[in-house]
Amino acid sequence: MSAKILTVDDSASIRLTTKVTLTNAGYEVTEAENGAEGLDKAKAGHFDLIVTDLNMPVMDGLTMIEELRKLPAHMGVPIIFLTTESDADLKARAKAAGATGWLTKPFDPENLVKITKKVLGR
Amino acid sequence: MNSLDPIAVFRTEAAECLEQIEAGLLDLTHQLDDKALIDAVFRGLHTLKGSGSMFGFDALAGFTHHCETAFDRVRKGQAPATAELVAAVLDAQDHMRALVDDPNGNHEATSQRLLAQLHAAVGGAGDAAKPVQAVAVTAPVVTDKRKTWRIRFSLPQNAMINGTNPLGLLDELRDLGECRILANTSAIPPLSALVPTELHLSWDVTVTTEQPRSAIDDVFIFVMDDMQLDVEEIDGHAVAATPDEPAVSAAPQAVVAPAAPAAAEIVPVKREVAAPAAPVADQRQAKAAESVRVPALRLDELMDRVGELVIAQSRLSQLASASADIGLRSVSEEIERLSGELRDTMMVLRMVPVASLFNRFRRLVHDLARETGKVIELVTEGETTEVDKTVIERLADPLVHLVRNSIDHGLEPPEERLAAGKAEAGTIILSARQSGGEVIISIKDDGRGINRGRVRAKAESSGLIQPGQQLSDAELLQLIFAPGFSTAAQITNLSGRGVGMDVVKQTVETLRGTIDIVSLPGQGSDVSLRIPLTLAIIDGLLVRVGAGRYVIPLSAVEECLELSLEEDLRSRGRSFISLRDSLVPFLRLRDVFRTGTKPDVHQKVVVISTGTERVGLVVDQIIGDHQTVIKSMSKLHNDVAHFSGATILGDGSVALILDVVHLVAAGQQQEAHLRAAG
Repeated sequence: MSAKILTVDDSASIRLTTKVTLTNAGYEVTEAENGAEGLDKAKAGHFDLIVTDLNMPVMDGLTMIEELRKLPAHMGVPIIFLTTESDADLKARAKAAGATGWLTKPFDPENLVKITKKVLGR
Repeated sequence: MNSLDPIAVFRTEAAECLEQIEAGLLDLTHQLDDKALIDAVFRGLHTLKGSGSMFGFDALAGFTHHCETAFDRVRKGQAPATAELVAAVLDAQDHMRALVDDPNGNHEATSQRLLAQLHAAVGGAGDAAKPVQAVAVTAPVVTDKRKTWRIRFSLPQNAMINGTNPLGLLDELRDLGECRILANTSAIPPLSALVPTELHLSWDVTVTTEQPRSAIDDVFIFVMDDMQLDVEEIDGHAVAATPDEPAVSAAPQAVVAPAAPAAAEIVPVKREVAAPAAPVADQRQAKAAESVRVPALRLDELMDRVGELVIAQSRLSQLASASADIGLRSVSEEIERLSGELRDTMMVLRMVPVASLFNRFRRLVHDLARETGKVIELVTEGETTEVDKTVIERLADPLVHLVRNSIDHGLEPPEERLAAGKAEAGTIILSARQSGGEVIISIKDDGRGINRGRVRAKAESSGLIQPGQQLSDAELLQLIFAPGFSTAAQITNLSGRGVGMDVVKQTVETLRGTIDIVSLPGQGSDVSLRIPLTLAIIDGLLVRVGAGRYVIPLSAVEECLELSLEEDLRSRGRSFISLRDSLVPFLRLRDVFRTGTKPDVHQKVVVISTGTERVGLVVDQIIGDHQTVIKSMSKLHNDVAHFSGATILGDGSVALILDVVHLVAAGQQQEAHLRAAG
């Protein structure tokens, strides 16, 4: 069974790129447009990995990560966040909130797959 | 349209992003300290930059970066939001649009100018041009040197909760080369004190690899900051000598593994606590997320199919009504009901709120206020009124022209307003409301109103009317719709851009709409556009004139009367009928269409109206209600004024749709002639 991945991003184009990349790599992808929606979807189903943007309307990625980590079912679920290089302190905050790792935007689809494999343990 | 082309998706999204940024900035001009707006603008800029660089719009990303930085500082309270900054970013935002549209064009000069403006606005506090580029996990460069590394590491206690799987890290180390792993279990507390989700192991790994040192760091890249990691290069021979604790060497898999099921076990206990966490906002969001974005083209295709279905259905109804087969009749009725419902659903799909149209004007008004030095307040009303998407698109240009007109010709400069005892700020009210099958969009200003004298002088000098010719006020105002007519004393930057009121009128008429103008000297003007809610399918009244059948849009029909023989004879030559004490001019369609047939004994009059004017149409027979799919006519028929389109009837024959506006105008004209003659 292929791993299930939830991607959370307010940018439709990034969501699309992420989805196409991960689907082609054999993963099953569910999308959400912001943290609140991501949280709802995460609560409703099980995901093996969550990839999220940080700056989003309604609920940002940091809050979503914090909320997710409060849920016992999401203990240990890897969360990768997308960040830009200039967001150094945002990175620290995301990690403190409970994120597993990050991917710097703009990213190479290849890197996304590589990091996905890395955190999913191949 | 290929919906899976990321570049196309990016462009659509960028356009939305820019609209969002623009709206935020315009709102900010009124309330500079609104945190939510600042956040929204920042987020818009951030997304635009991020996805821009993802999809190769580097110039856009680089440029946007500066605006983002400026707003980030405001967001973090490091700098105040100033009117200059908002203005600078508003200008910059237009440039971003250009960078999206034409990423390869030469924008350098504009970029530099706008950046200088931006820097001036933030007092030089913006950061220097920093190229935005990808730095992700780099692929290890393979060197031919085999080295042996000794790696000791321990992860933070919460590493597993946060999704880091030590087994994965060990696997990655194994992938590097010949590897030996020892787990140090000494820190594991006694069972009674053991928290299963915490990590107490540390590892001692010896790996011999051709990969460089950075490959090892890459393994730990996500945990590097919080962990203890010692990496030292050791002599290759040491590998065999290292295992001083052989008993634990197989431990990592065994010790770590039970942690996962243990974590799963506590799930039911804590879930109760976590469940009520969903705030109200979440639910609202979930509701919004239920919408699906569909390319307009597909909707149009669907519309066409529904149109064809409606035609096929009316054929079926016709066949069924002529048949004695009860089964066929009941199926036909069922299909009629379904296709009607399908049509209604389809209509709703195409409806969008006029807010999307009105929003564009905030920027226009803002810019025009700056250009003209007038103080303008834009008020929008009824933004939730929904109109067919195509209508909205086609109305955009005419409305721009009307708003420009109001600002350029209508509103007075502040001094003049004050002198006239008015408020310094002029008001433009853009409103939409639904009225039956029509939507009324009006542009109202409280300016000086249309100067009748100037309109008349202009019309006389351009030969539109004879000097001294008698005109009603309405007729005089209609003159501004004449081609090439402009009351502007000189062509300013605002007017004279190629779109005139004649074009506005034409556009509105092709939408089967009408324009009404009310203008009071010194008090302002109100231009109302009445537009049918939808373009594709209308309810029509099917009538017969001679041997031909025609459709009259039901929304324009006021009433149907019998034209009695006496009345017919009495009205001959006069073409008026009395309708409850008022005289209504009428047109005999048999004469207009020159059917050359004898009139029916019982002719009917269909009274149609465009709101204010009424005209009766004399037809031979009223066949009944008919759901009509409008097919536009070819360009060759452009000058066929009496018809606005055609439709296909149930039996496959074509019926023309009457253009109510033209017919009413023709009727009024006839009335005017008769009045002049009599």
